[in-house]
Amino acid sequence: MKKKFKLIDLDCANCAAKMEDAIKKIDGVEDASVSFMTQKMTITAEEDQFDRIMKEVVKVCNKVEPDCQIVL
Amino acid sequence: MTKKQKNMLARIIIAALIFVPLFIAEHMGKLEFNFRLPLAFLLFLIPYLIVGWDILYRAVRNIRNGQIFDENFLMCIATFGAFAVREYEEAVAVMLFYQVGELFQSYAVNRSRQSISDLMNIYPEYANIEVNGELEQVDPDDVEIGSTIVIKPGERIPLDGIVLSGTSFVDTSALTGESVPRKVSEGEEIISGCVNGNGLLKVRVTKEFDDSTVSKILELVENASSKKAKVENFITKFARYYTPVVVIGAAALAVIPPIVLGGGWQDWMLRACSFLVISCPCALVISVPLGFFGGIGAASRIGVLVKGSNYLEALAKMNTIVFDKTGTLTKGEFKVNGIYPVSMAEQELIETAALAECYSEHPIGAALRQAYGKPVHTERVTDVKEIAGQGIEALIDGHNVLAGNAKLMNTYAVDFTENKEIGTIVYVAVDHVYAGSVLISDEIKPRAKEALAALKTSGVKKSVMLTGDKEDVGQAVARELGIDTVFADLLPADKVTKVEELLNSLSDKEKLAFVGDGINDAPVLSRADIGIAMGSMGSDAAIEAADIVLMDDDPLKIASVIRIARNTLGIVTQNIVFALSVKGIILILGAMGIANMWAAVFADVGVAVLAILNSMRVMKMK
Repeated sequence: MKKKFKLIDLDCANCAAKMEDAIKKIDGVEDASVSFMTQKMTITAEEDQFDRIMKEVVKVCNKVEPDCQIVL
Repeated sequence: MTKKQKNMLARIIIAALIFVPLFIAEHMGKLEFNFRLPLAFLLFLIPYLIVGWDILYRAVRNIRNGQIFDENFLMCIATFGAFAVREYEEAVAVMLFYQVGELFQSYAVNRSRQSISDLMNIYPEYANIEVNGELEQVDPDDVEIGSTIVIKPGERIPLDGIVLSGTSFVDTSALTGESVPRKVSEGEEIISGCVNGNGLLKVRVTKEFDDSTVSKILELVENASSKKAKVENFITKFARYYTPVVVIGAAALAVIPPIVLGGGWQDWMLRACSFLVISCPCALVISVPLGFFGGIGAASRIGVLVKGSNYLEALAKMNTIVFDKTGTLTKGEFKVNGIYPVSMAEQELIETAALAECYSEHPIGAALRQAYGKPVHTERVTDVKEIAGQGIEALIDGHNVLAGNAKLMNTYAVDFTENKEIGTIVYVAVDHVYAGSVLISDEIKPRAKEALAALKTSGVKKSVMLTGDKEDVGQAVARELGIDTVFADLLPADKVTKVEELLNSLSDKEKLAFVGDGINDAPVLSRADIGIAMGSMGSDAAIEAADIVLMDDDPLKIASVIRIARNTLGIVTQNIVFALSVKGIILILGAMGIANMWAAVFADVGVAVLAILNSMRVMKMK
């Protein structure tokens, strides 16, 4: 299933690319895209794993760009 | 400006106010009086910290998180390096300009983000529901199918539905780019996202909010940026390698030459620092997606929805366009296009034909009745007999009337002259005497010819038309419009095969677009490189299957969107070439010691700002 999340304070395009890259490497993520322009993130993954994946996503994004917040 | 940006601006101004007098004093030699006390260093440290403390902070924090090649960290190293070799003013200036550039970037990106979301500002905030005679505002999400909503003048239509009462003109421009308002009245369908004009409408809701046109469109536009163009993917990949490579280059520059040449550490260190300043690929990483985003925005402003940057990229390379005929180039409705009377007046001929066909369910009967334009008095018609595959025999005002094809005339041995026009011909005979014929044909869309001409001038090499219609009808339409090739008598499945054949004859760099109305041709739409659906306001199937959706019926928009695609790609290419060459040149000059840190700052933020400004031009295109 596919879910969309809003991102707050995503200020750097390079970080968006880095975040996307890091999220794609998380186990169970089928596809991910971080759009710097629309300040949104789309993640495709199995529904029953989504909660676990989102926890990891938040962790990973915090590492890349701590200023950016994910609205869950 | 946001609060954050204002804050940054204030810091920049304060730092600049402190920096300028120091800069002048330094150049007048006023700061050199005491070498034991590093006064100059301390003084320059004040504006440096004011403007750059957050960079230092982020650098430390990101290193803790394992982000080494982070632009903040590299800026720190570069400026520390400058401080170390006592180029205090350069250190402060680099930080200052870097922040100015960053501020400008964030401002420009915000602006363009804003103007694009304004463009797509079709989200309805509420719906009015009548409860016990009083209007209540509710979330459109909570309205169920079948409920009645009231739309006041000037309000945005929240949900798709059918007008129960009232007439009004609705402004569809946000969806279609069409500035002439559309008239709606009782019994007609109405589409969410449009703005109601001056009438009060009561509407029965036919779709839930999630399935309504406005939700579909918003979802589509929001997802568009996730389908990335090849150029975008290339830039992302490039960025991943660019920074480490430049940093390694800087390290090598700082260490190797002084060892080989023996000495000159200070000079080489400074050169290495300017390398680090250029190490961020920001100009590319921001301006390329921004360009595509702007292109998608510009297209949606003229009522064309593009589902992803990749389709915009493909469209710029498209050189073969395949059209479905009915509903795409022609209106798909039968109409009387010629009246050829022999023994009676035109109006009388049409009247006779319309009366004869008064009970007919066939589109031909409907076309005749429409052309007659007056109410048909069926009581004048008796003894109607339908002769299958030929036509109708009836008694009108006591006269025997035959209306049908040539076979019918032959069956009743009527002496008639054959009508050679292209289309369906209805011959009429009264009391077995030939009275004339009526030509009924599908009508070519008013702007189809113009559209084909515009496509040719925009560089599309080959135009093809596919139709299930007869060969002569297909040929006639193609001749009229200036289409190169026609394949007629096709079944829906044949269309896919034909498109596949055409695709095989193209090279990798050439792209094929198929234009259809989304009815019956969904498989072809998805098989082509670019599937373009048109005339599809509110048709879910078309929006689903196509890559590009023309919200209104105007085929001329195809040429417009090709122009937007080409411009977008052109600007993106300009930015890539410009950014890479400036950076490349400054890197070389920097290594040779010709370009200093000031030039490096320009190559970094200056180029980024220019590239962003260039990308913003895309949005203004028409």
